[in-house]
Amino acid sequence: MSFLPYAVAGWLFVVGLYGVVSSSNLIRTIISLTVVQSGTYVLLLSVGYVHGGKAAIFADIPAVSRAVDPVVQVLVLTDIVIEATVTGLLLALAVQAHKRFGSLDPHELRALQD
Amino acid sequence: MSRPVRLSLFGLAGAGLAAVLVIAFRGLPDFGGYQGVYGQALDGFGVTLRHATDLITALNFDFRAFDTLGEEYILFASVLGIALILREMRGERAEPHQGDAEEHQFADASHALRALALGLTPGLIALAVYIVVHAQLTPGGGFQGGIILGAGPLPVFLAGRYLRMKRIAPHVLVEVADALGAAGYALLGISGLVLTGVFLKDALPLGIPGHLLSGGQMDVVSVLIGLEVSGAFLVAWSEFLDQAMVVKGGAE
Amino acid sequence: MHITALPVAVPLMAAALIVAVRRWLPRLMTDGLATGVGVGVVTLCALLLAHTAHGHPFAYWMGGWRPTHAVAIGISLSIDPIGAGLATFSALLVTASLVYSWRYFEAADGMFQALMLVFMGAMAGFSLTGDLFNLAVFFELMGATAYALTAHHNEEQGPIQGAINFAISNSIAAYAIFIGIALLYARTGALNMAQIGAALDHHAADPLVLVAMSLIFIGFLTKAAAVPVHFWLADAHAVAPAPVCVLFSGVMVELGIYAVARIYWTIFAGPLAPHADELRVILICMGTATALWGGVMCFAQRHVKRLLAFSTISHVGMFVCGFGLLSAKGVAAVAVYVIGHGFTKAGLFMLTGVLLHRFHSVDEFDLHGRGRATPFTGVLFAVGGLLLSAMPVVTLFFGKSLLDSAALDAGFPWLPSVFVISSMLTGGAVLRVAGRVFRGWGPAESAEARQAHQAREEEDEEDAPSDRTPLAMLVVPALLLIGAIVVGVIPGAVPGIEVAAGHFVDHASVIAWVLHGTVELPHEATSHVEGFDYLYGAGATVGALSLAALGLFGRPLRARLPKRLLGAVSAALWTLRRLHSGHIGDYIAWWTAGAALLGGATLVFVR
Repeated sequence: MSFLPYAVAGWLFVVGLYGVVSSSNLIRTIISLTVVQSGTYVLLLSVGYVHGGKAAIFADIPAVSRAVDPVVQVLVLTDIVIEATVTGLLLALAVQAHKRFGSLDPHELRALQD
Repeated sequence: MSRPVRLSLFGLAGAGLAAVLVIAFRGLPDFGGYQGVYGQALDGFGVTLRHATDLITALNFDFRAFDTLGEEYILFASVLGIALILREMRGERAEPHQGDAEEHQFADASHALRALALGLTPGLIALAVYIVVHAQLTPGGGFQGGIILGAGPLPVFLAGRYLRMKRIAPHVLVEVADALGAAGYALLGISGLVLTGVFLKDALPLGIPGHLLSGGQMDVVSVLIGLEVSGAFLVAWSEFLDQAMVVKGGAE
Repeated sequence: MHITALPVAVPLMAAALIVAVRRWLPRLMTDGLATGVGVGVVTLCALLLAHTAHGHPFAYWMGGWRPTHAVAIGISLSIDPIGAGLATFSALLVTASLVYSWRYFEAADGMFQALMLVFMGAMAGFSLTGDLFNLAVFFELMGATAYALTAHHNEEQGPIQGAINFAISNSIAAYAIFIGIALLYARTGALNMAQIGAALDHHAADPLVLVAMSLIFIGFLTKAAAVPVHFWLADAHAVAPAPVCVLFSGVMVELGIYAVARIYWTIFAGPLAPHADELRVILICMGTATALWGGVMCFAQRHVKRLLAFSTISHVGMFVCGFGLLSAKGVAAVAVYVIGHGFTKAGLFMLTGVLLHRFHSVDEFDLHGRGRATPFTGVLFAVGGLLLSAMPVVTLFFGKSLLDSAALDAGFPWLPSVFVISSMLTGGAVLRVAGRVFRGWGPAESAEARQAHQAREEEDEEDAPSDRTPLAMLVVPALLLIGAIVVGVIPGAVPGIEVAAGHFVDHASVIAWVLHGTVELPHEATSHVEGFDYLYGAGATVGALSLAALGLFGRPLRARLPKRLLGAVSAALWTLRRLHSGHIGDYIAWWTAGAALLGGATLVFVR
C-alpha cells in the first residue's frame, strides 16, 4: 500500500500522455497535458509526506512539532502557477486555431506538413 | 502517421516508460518516511529565523524568493502572450458599445443571480485582500489571494453585466497593475541589493511572529504578487471574454 | 560580486515597465529603451565573465542565505566562465535581434520588445543558476516567452500550429524534468545542484538515480532538439519571425545542451564515473543519429527557414556527441562550436528575414534568381554557408578540430567522419540556396511543379514587398558573421575556454567552490590544431561546395543512376519527411518512445 501514491503518479503521467497522443480535439489535448502535470504534483507531494506530520503552519502548533516537508509544497505551488499560465497560453492558441483553421482537430491542422 | 500506427507506437513506448518509472519509484523512500535534510532544517528553525508562522510562505517569499520571481514572470509572459495571440487581426473588428442593446442580451439573467453577484463580488475582494495580507501567518498568500481577487469581478459577468464588469476592471488598469506588480518585485530585489548588498535580501524589520506586521519583506512581496496575479488573470479573462462576446468577423 | 543578480533582474523589470507604459510610448522610445537595456545586460554579463575568468568561479546566494553545515537553504547563482560566457552570448544575440527588429517589424507595440527582454532575463537566469529547481523554472520562463513569440504572426495558420506543437512538446519535457527533480529530492533532500552532487557521491548508481538522470536528460534534450524528440523545432522555426528564429537556433537550443552538461558534471559525475563508457555509447548513438537525420533532412528542404532549422538539428547532434564524449575537451569543443554556430546561424536567419522582407517568400525555387537584386545579401549568405561547413580558420573550425581531437582521445575514430558528413550536408544546403536564389543557377521549376507544390508564402507585416532593404537589417547579420569568423582567432579565447571546461568537469572542485567557497583550480592543459584538422576542415568545405553544385546542376547525373537505388533513396526520404507530419499526437508518441528508450537503455546498459 505504501507504493500506491507513487503508482498513481506514474499512472497519471502515462495516461495523460496517452490523452495527448490520441485526442482528436485540441481542448482535450490541453486538458490531457494538465493530467500529465498532475502526475508530477502527486509524486512531489507524496515524496514529502511524513507520518503523523502536520502542515508546516506553526500558528496554532508549537514550532517544534513534526511537520511535513514544506519544500515540496512550495515546488508544487510554483508548478501549479506555471501550469495554469501555460494552459492559458495554449487555450488562446486553440481559440486562434479555431478561427484560422476552422477546426480543433489536430488532424486538420495541415499548415506544417513537410 | 495514421492513427492506428501512432497508437501502436505509443502503446509500446508508453508501456516502456511506465516500466521505467515503476523501477525508479521502487527506489523511493517509503511513503511517509521522508527524512530529507532541507525540509527538516527549515521545519526546525524556519520560524525563528523569519518570524513567520507560515513556513510555506517563508520559503516562497524569502528563502526561495528567486524562484518566485521567475514564476511570477512566467505568469506575466504567458498573459502577455495571450494578449499577443488574441490581438485584433485584420478583418476582425470589435463591436462598438451599443448601449442598452448589449445589456439587453442578457436580460434573462434572473434577479436572484444578480443579487447574488452583488453580494459575492465585494465579499470575494475582501477575502482576497485578507488572504494576501496574512501571507506569512496563515495558509495562502499572494498567489492564492491574487487569483481570488482576479475572480472578484467575474460574478458581475455571470450576472449578465459584461460591460459593467469591464468598467470595474478596465483593460488598461489591469494591464498596468499586472506590469507594476511584476516590476515591483524585481525592484524590491534590487532595493535589497542597494540596502544590504545582496539581491533579494530582506531589509525590513522582522517583527513578532503571529502579528500582522511580521516576517519582514514577506508582506510587501505578497501584496506585489497579489497585484500582479490579479491583474494578469483579469487581463487573460478579459481577452478570452472579448473573443466570445465582442469580436466579430475575421477571415477563415 | 554585487552585480551578479542584475543580468536577470534588470531585463525582467524593464520588460514589465515597458508593458506598463507601452500605450503612451512612441515606437522609437520603446525600441531605444529595449536596446539600451540589452546593451546594459551584455555589459553586466561581460563583467561577470571577466571577473570569473581572471579570478575564480564563485557562488552568489540569493537573499544572503548561505549554506549552514553544508546544507543549502537558499538559491545560488553558481558563476563560472562557461555559464557567464553563455549568458553574455545570449544577451548579445537578443540585443542584435532587437536592433534588427527596429526595421524588420513595421509595427511593434511594446509587447514584442517586452517578451524579448523577458527571454533575455530567462536565458541569463538559466545560464547562471546553481539550483536544479530554479533551472526548471527558468526553463519554463524561456519556454512561455518562446511560445508566445512563435505565434507572433497570429493571422496565419502556420504560426499557431507551430506554437502549439512547440508548447506541448516542451511542456511535457519540463514535466519529465520535474519527475527527475522529485526523484533526486527524495533521495538527497536537496535542490542545489552541488549539494545533490555531494549527497550522491556516497552512493552507487542505482535505478532511481539512473532514471532520474535519463528523465532530466530527455527533458533538456527535447529543448535541444535531439532525435527523436526534435520534431517541434522545424515547425517552430518555419513560422516564427526571423529575429525570433535567430534566438531559437542561436542560443536557446544550445542552452539545453548546457543544462545537460552542467547537470551531468555537477550532479551525476560521482556515481556514474565507473560507468562512463556505457553512457558514452548511448549518448554518441543519439548524437550521431541526430547529426545525420538533421543533415539529410536539411539538404532535402526547399523552405529556407526549415532548411536552417534542420541544419541546427544536425549541429545539435554534433553537440550531443561532443558532450557524450564525457571529457573536458569535449565540453570545450562544444562551447567553441556553440559560439561559432550561434553567430553564423543568427546571421543566416537574419538574411532569410531580408529575403522575406524583400520578396515575400522563403521557398528556394520561388526565389530562383530573384536574389540578384540584393547581391550583398547573397555574398553574406554564401559566407554563412562556408562557415557552416567549418572552413579553416573560423571559430567553427576550431570547435570542430577540438571535437575531432576529443573523439580520438575517447576512442571513437569514426566520429570525425560523421562530423564531416554533417558539415558537408548543412553547409552544402546553404551554399546551394545561395547559388539558386542569388545567382539563378540550376534549373527553374516548371510551372506544373510550381502549382503542384504547396509553397508556403509568409506574409510580412506590410502589404507589399519593399524594394530596398533597410541598413540595420544588413549591418547586423554582417557583424554577426564577422563575429563567427573572428572569435576563434582572438588570442587566448580558445585556450581560455579549454581551461574553463577543465574546471567545469571537475566534479569535486565544483562542489567545493559552491558549498564551501574553497577554490582549487588545478592547471589545465590546452591543445593546438593538428595538421589533419586542416585536412578535415578543407575536405568538409570542398565537400559542401561539391554537394551544392550537385544540388544545383546534378539533374543529368541523377538520370544516370540505377533506378532501384534512386527508388530506395526516394522512398526512405519520403518516409522520413512524412514523419514530420505537423500532428502533435505523432510528435508526443515519438517523445514517449525517446523517453522510454533512453530510460531503458540507461537501466540496461549502464551498470
